[in-house]
Amino acid sequence: MAQIRGYRRPEPGTQPAHLHPPYVSSIKRAPTKPLLVIPPTLSEITGPIFGPEIVQPKACDLTSQHAGPPLGQRIIVSGRVLDEDARPLANTLIEIWQANAAGRYLHKIDQHDAPLDPNFTGCGHTITDAEGRYRFVSIRPGAYPWRNHHNAWRPAHIHFSIFGPAFATRLVTQMYFPGDALLPFDPIFNCTADENARRHLISLFDWETTIPESALGYKFDIILRGRDATPMES
Amino acid sequence: MSTPATTSQTVGPFFSIGLDRLGSNNLAASGVSGKRLTIEGHVLDGDGQPVPDAVIEIWQANTHGKYAHPEDTQEKALEPGFSGYGRVPTDDNGQFRFATIKPGSVPGPGGKAQAPHLVVSVFMRGLLKRLVTRIYFPGEATNDSDFILSLVEPGRRPTLIARKVQGQDGLLRWNVVLQGSEETVFFDC
Repeated sequence: MAQIRGYRRPEPGTQPAHLHPPYVSSIKRAPTKPLLVIPPTLSEITGPIFGPEIVQPKACDLTSQHAGPPLGQRIIVSGRVLDEDARPLANTLIEIWQANAAGRYLHKIDQHDAPLDPNFTGCGHTITDAEGRYRFVSIRPGAYPWRNHHNAWRPAHIHFSIFGPAFATRLVTQMYFPGDALLPFDPIFNCTADENARRHLISLFDWETTIPESALGYKFDIILRGRDATPMES
Repeated sequence: MSTPATTSQTVGPFFSIGLDRLGSNNLAASGVSGKRLTIEGHVLDGDGQPVPDAVIEIWQANTHGKYAHPEDTQEKALEPGFSGYGRVPTDDNGQFRFATIKPGSVPGPGGKAQAPHLVVSVFMRGLLKRLVTRIYFPGEATNDSDFILSLVEPGRRPTLIARKVQGQDGLLRWNVVLQGSEETVFFDC
């Protein structure tokens, strides 16, 4: 092998620390010893590649997976997956999951006293096109209570899982909605120190993708780590 | 002008509704060549309690030491039907178990071969970003000269090396210990 080009490490403050005590679950689960910084090797700059054969075409429409339409405000969530140098990342698998309009997940351990919706499972996936674009049709998830602290409520959010081109670019994150009054109080949203980085987790309302008489559009671009400028001898 | 990478957020407690579809506890279909192994273990929190809502992801080379990825330009054979990727959730007892083949050696820093290993991502409620670690194999002569293992203080290296199970050929045990004296070594890669 000639040379290995790794992926850039994050700017300080733009990623959360593992331990964030206001998020109580992190206290017994965050490692206590410092991470060991290692140079990139072939193992980290490669990663799983998924082809179109893994994608079910209807999986990008969370409103058409059952006999009838789910309850709730219909939304279009779309955007691009790019690297830090604004290069589009094509053929990248995106998986999403979310609560229903009442704030209830279709999950055995979710005991929130809110109704399930027989017409809503709350999961979907798609793969980005040649320009890194993706598009989901869904309903706006509800906020829901959790037991992190007294009267704790999670702001409405959609979970995103993205692979990117390498093991090093793997990302799991959450997309929020503009103007959500719960955001300033949410320990998970606020785990990242950098205000600008937090702001990028909030989707933008978008007229261009809003469909008259049908659905509100929200734009959410996802940025994955860019390549190091200089290769390492390997 | 570059935009920093999107900030990570926890996978939360309900990820299985979105991530189950790709889950598979068998990485190597029949016909894929290589020594067959089963790796099992627990994910344990700071109180030593099993974590029932974690998911680990595996990435590995095939038996020839070749990754199914365009940036692996080595002249080694690919194995049809073997992607090298696996996703395994823990069960109600905090245990995971998956079957695969032992990977071959891949090149590392300085062009020197790395000891055979799997790279692992760990996700769970309570983790705001994934943890990255590695699984190495017991009794492997090249472990002693492995570049990455040599960066780890000797007393902590055993956390990265799976253990044989007496009398059970092909079964290995390896735990993810989040905190404490046996804390697994996690990497910033």
